[in-house]
Amino acid sequence: MNYIKLLLLALIAFVAALGTNWGIDAAYKTHAFIIMLIAIGVFIMVLRNIDEPIKVAPDQGKYSDSVIRAGVIATAFWGIAGFLVGTFIAFQLAFPSLNFDWGQPFTNFGRLRPLHTSAVIFAFGGNALIATSFYVVQRTSGVRLWGGKTAWFVFWGYQIFIVLAATGYLLGSTQSKEYAEPEWYVDIWLTIVWLAYLAVYLGTIFNRREKHIYVANWFYLSFIITVAMLHLINNLSIPVSFWGSKSVQVFSGVQDAMTQWWYGHNAVGFFLTAGFLGMMYYFVPKQAERPVYSYKLSIIHFWALIFLYIWAGPHHLHYTALPDWASTLGMVFSIILWMPSWGGMINGLMTLQGAWDKLRTDPILRMFVLSLGFYGMSTFEGPMMSIRAVNSLSHYTDWTIGHVHSGALGWNGMITFACIYFLTPRLWGRKQMYSMSAINWHFWLATLGIVLYAASMWVTGIMEGLMWREVDDQGFLVNSFADTVSAKFPMYVVRGLGGVMFLSGALIMVWNMWMTIRGAKPVHAPLPNAIPAE
Amino acid sequence: MKKDKIDEPTGVETTGHSWDGIEELNNPLPRWWLWTLYGCIVWGVGYSIAYPAWPMLSGATTGLLGYSTRAEVAEQIVEHEQKNQGLVAQLIAADLSELPATSDLHRYGIARGGSVFRAQCSQCHGSGAAGSKGYPNLLDDNWLWGGSIDEISTTVAHGIRNETDEDAHFSQMPAFKDILENDDITAVVEYVISLSNTEFNSDLARQGETVYADNCASCHGDDAKGDREQGAPNLADAIWLYGGDRETLTTTVKQARYGVMPAWGQRLSDEDVRAVSLYVHALGGGE
Repeated sequence: MNYIKLLLLALIAFVAALGTNWGIDAAYKTHAFIIMLIAIGVFIMVLRNIDEPIKVAPDQGKYSDSVIRAGVIATAFWGIAGFLVGTFIAFQLAFPSLNFDWGQPFTNFGRLRPLHTSAVIFAFGGNALIATSFYVVQRTSGVRLWGGKTAWFVFWGYQIFIVLAATGYLLGSTQSKEYAEPEWYVDIWLTIVWLAYLAVYLGTIFNRREKHIYVANWFYLSFIITVAMLHLINNLSIPVSFWGSKSVQVFSGVQDAMTQWWYGHNAVGFFLTAGFLGMMYYFVPKQAERPVYSYKLSIIHFWALIFLYIWAGPHHLHYTALPDWASTLGMVFSIILWMPSWGGMINGLMTLQGAWDKLRTDPILRMFVLSLGFYGMSTFEGPMMSIRAVNSLSHYTDWTIGHVHSGALGWNGMITFACIYFLTPRLWGRKQMYSMSAINWHFWLATLGIVLYAASMWVTGIMEGLMWREVDDQGFLVNSFADTVSAKFPMYVVRGLGGVMFLSGALIMVWNMWMTIRGAKPVHAPLPNAIPAE
Repeated sequence: MKKDKIDEPTGVETTGHSWDGIEELNNPLPRWWLWTLYGCIVWGVGYSIAYPAWPMLSGATTGLLGYSTRAEVAEQIVEHEQKNQGLVAQLIAADLSELPATSDLHRYGIARGGSVFRAQCSQCHGSGAAGSKGYPNLLDDNWLWGGSIDEISTTVAHGIRNETDEDAHFSQMPAFKDILENDDITAVVEYVISLSNTEFNSDLARQGETVYADNCASCHGDDAKGDREQGAPNLADAIWLYGGDRETLTTTVKQARYGVMPAWGQRLSDEDVRAVSLYVHALGGGE
């Protein structure tokens, strides 16, 4: 087995070395070089251990939590990176000289923007999902992760994907699909990693010692499966050359646009909603120490949510070349989606029934509740914005940016922070986080930051929407595009300040994690003496 | 675990399962939630009957209201066009050079001309009309073929050196590389530079003056101020279409230039041609 590994690694290193020399573009060459270094490094590691007696892992009776510890740290690391780039590009929009002439083309907004979106969604959010899903699936199944070291492959494979994507953006490699910018070979790599993730997850569920699959796992599983499907179909493309990063999409025109937004909307629906609801269904009842409010609601809203979400994509393409019928269907499904989305919020909030008093004393629970509040707000705002008439005002404006961020910062960000505060002491054997008042600071900084962000974007968004459509009595446009840009300036500064506050809160969290983990010993929690529940 | 276990604080029974200590209450669906969901579904069915929605074998249902986004836009355009009908008639009939800048017609012409310009002209002349190499700046008062509204209008309608309109402006500078010696070309370039620049070789320029008089003056004029009848540029004003450095001027003299503009009269309506002429005239250099 190890010899096959060595052979494979040598082959990869060799092809990557060729790619470093023969690559057509800078991104491809750099990536080939990175891949070559990684392959050589792993080759040496495998070689050093070859023919050593196979050690029986001493911790068979324990949860495999090391990979989760790595995931928690990676989540915090990429979170800071993503927030930092986001805050920086927010100021670039207010002060274009921050694009830096000396840094062109690498420091251009156009290249940093996908770096920000991918860093926060896939690096921060993705690591949070992988780490928490591994934690939750073990606890709620009563078994170790399936597949031994495969979980580590998923973790490191995913980090390699992030590094390849991020460096690719800076070097100008992109297939110009929002949230799916990485080029063909990075897509293939992610597919391999993702299938390994699915295998670990499914394997663990198959091995479970509980009779029923807990609701959190339904959500995580729907997220993993759907993202695999979305990723595969939206990235169908033909490379121009094996030695270059450029590829050509197999769909063209409006079909390509529809595929992209079918993907894009469900990246929101399954990555940022279903996956994070999986987190919610485990960590909220845990933190509140209360039973989930309604089992019935969780079933109904789960199936309604995953059935409806997949049809809602066309609302991103109102008033385009997309036929009216598809646009109508997208809007109708988006509006019916409103209540199924709110089902998750109700189930989360009502779980606090009988424990509301804890909100006074527990800042972590407060973060969970606030995240559910923002979740409810953006899942109301979303269907509203999908209405064609509303969309004709909101589309292409900053309103959309505000909507996305109230969801991303408020819901995804806040719930991830709360999960990190939940997990860190448990994974490293502390009673609680080093500083509870620092969590409070984080809570208020982040909350104020989000309020500044969302409010300023509502103001500029609606203002620019109104300015764009304003016509005089003869039917001519009153404002030029540049008029709207200069009118938005003050709000852009406010938005940037909101970003600074959100980032500062996250930095406080990292300090708090550092102080909690420093000197602590990782905990190897034992598996329960599981008796299958009736 | 028993199925009828009752949760203390709420008095609701649980489902009896427990995962890592998490239990589930057996609460029913909240009524308001359920009825709002039903309401949305009923609305969705109704809406998708009223509007184009369901894909069929060929095409999709068109909806009872016969709505389409394109028809909606077309309606809005027609509404404005009807309102502006009087202005369009006036735009064709009026003497544009006499139009008071405060009149509704002037405002209409400028706005319409501006949108024609941005759609059709900006590709070459720039969105701010400042031009670029080979494409004249339309903001200044330097005109190759004349800067009155009528002259601009003629240029727009018939174009320059195109092969589609017999009335297009036409003129052709010879390529002097076959006519003059290299030394003469160097000299005449120096002379042309001396007309608008303070740094030049005066001996060479003096030499070039005779070359100019013999070869260039017939079109560009004895005083080098150009000739609008033939679109011959003024060479004494430091405004250059292709560039005024020695290298570029040498290329221009040796190979000549052949800038083409399409005959927009064949593509645009009369009122569009008149409107865009009015717009260009008002940019700053109109005569």
